[in-house]
Amino acid sequence: MSQELYTNLAIFVLSLLVGFEVISKIPATLHTPMMSGANAIHGVVVVGAILVALEADTPTFYVIAFIAAFLGAINVSGGYVVTDRMLEMFSKPKDKDNKGGDK
Amino acid sequence: MSGLMTLVSLCYLISAICYVMGLHMMRTPKTARSGNRLSFVGMILAVIMTFLIVLEKNDTTMAAWLVLLVALVLGVGYGVYRARTVKMTDMPQLVSLFNAVGGGAAAAIGTFDYLSKPNGASLAVAFSLPVILDLIIGSITFSGSLIATGKLAGKVSGKPITFPGAKLLNGIVVLIILAAIVMTVGFPTNVWTLVTAIIASLIFGILMTIPIGGADMPVVVSLLNAFTGLAVAMAGFVIDNQVLIIAGALVGAAGTILTLQMAAAMNRSVANIIAGGFGTGDSGGASAADDVPVNVKETSADDIGVQLAYAKNVMIVPGYGLAAAQAQHEVAELAKLLTDNGINVNYAIHPVAGRMPGHMNVLLAEVNVPYDQMKQLEEANSMFENTDVSLVIGANDVTNPAAREPHTAISGMPILDVDKSKSVVVIKRSMSTGYAGIQNALFSDDKTSMFFSDAKKGLQDIIASTKEYLDQ
Repeated sequence: MSQELYTNLAIFVLSLLVGFEVISKIPATLHTPMMSGANAIHGVVVVGAILVALEADTPTFYVIAFIAAFLGAINVSGGYVVTDRMLEMFSKPKDKDNKGGDK
Repeated sequence: MSGLMTLVSLCYLISAICYVMGLHMMRTPKTARSGNRLSFVGMILAVIMTFLIVLEKNDTTMAAWLVLLVALVLGVGYGVYRARTVKMTDMPQLVSLFNAVGGGAAAAIGTFDYLSKPNGASLAVAFSLPVILDLIIGSITFSGSLIATGKLAGKVSGKPITFPGAKLLNGIVVLIILAAIVMTVGFPTNVWTLVTAIIASLIFGILMTIPIGGADMPVVVSLLNAFTGLAVAMAGFVIDNQVLIIAGALVGAAGTILTLQMAAAMNRSVANIIAGGFGTGDSGGASAADDVPVNVKETSADDIGVQLAYAKNVMIVPGYGLAAAQAQHEVAELAKLLTDNGINVNYAIHPVAGRMPGHMNVLLAEVNVPYDQMKQLEEANSMFENTDVSLVIGANDVTNPAAREPHTAISGMPILDVDKSKSVVVIKRSMSTGYAGIQNALFSDDKTSMFFSDAKKGLQDIIASTKEYLDQ
């Protein structure tokens, strides 16, 4: 096994363990925003799309690169915005109290 | 490592820390929003660093830049537009759609890298295994999530769709996928292996999702979310990018935990849901609850108005029907009306009420229901004894006392003890059974009265009649 593969494998396994720990104690209330937030994080796939897209040099590769970048961009941008909208609603009532009855 | 690569690698590490901390902060409502924003900052950083890498390499054709930038602008534009304009009741299917495109992007990256190797080349296992897994998992989540999106949006029938020979077809597709893995790992590259793997995986994604009923969709969406994470991690192995591996693995683990928790709250195993759900699989045959005599008491909006106006403690039990009818504004209005008149109002929220776990909380938060009025299962159950009127809106299985009996389809599922309150009003469109397909003894209970109506329309009528009695 190459050093590079070993490093990547170690990172993969340890990240899985961190993922299990970091998430195991979430109240049901936050499950949907949580799922959406995690969904936004796998939008990091756009980084991979950018890296491969810029190696494209034939029509076939342009098409595949376009698909990868387009889909990845939807995932990452939409994911964060919709999660933020969900979570905004949780903080709304509190903000209202603070500002005092602006409706 | 060159100076630039050192900077990039360190920044990738900071991004990874942002994702982990961000997810961690999303555990409590107080810090959840900042957590999501922290993870967003990490994402921006990762994207900027990625551009630095390609600028440094400087061997990119103009056409490639053009394709990339157009794709990114269109993608971001579409994603942000959909996310900003979606109605909160439609949000589950949007999350599922974003999940689909993530899987599709991961599969496209794998396809790109596979095709960039010369046809007939022998690949090292360290490349071929992740690339084929990336393709397969990415394609499965792409088609599977699209079907889930369609089901949640009502464009594909929410009922379990089964057909003769489904099991056989499934088996064949799985065999083809396994063969494609062997072909990729053990033999030189071949475009047809790739095409076969993608098509078989897309079909498998569809076959896996269509037999599942609408109420189980959240679990499936969550499972596919975890799958996408793994596909992204595999893409990270393929292009040797650690930030993809870390973020993908994090989401893979997170999605798995979330899926197990959702399934546990419904007293189902993930395997059971995937295998096709109640009725088609191993539900315990004729159950005790089937024998419940169906003699129910029907009531009117007028009667309910009186009951509510003279109650001290009211518990609202929202369910799937409320979300489907988009009646959250009406519920909040009724609750406010009662609260303003000195009546104690709380909401009993079952972990899987609505279309996704926590979905009900989101819907109620949208209409400014105070956080402390939303009672989770255990707290709510301790309050039912002192509740004068429980108002069940579009909920069924989560209130069914049959869950306490052995040998029913929902035995052992945690339920809301609505039947312990002094009186119960159920707003429901018909006597039809819930997802479990069994009668609900609560509905024929002596203290229960049924109000057959769409949740939205029914609540409007109840608000009108309650107002009259409160004004007297």
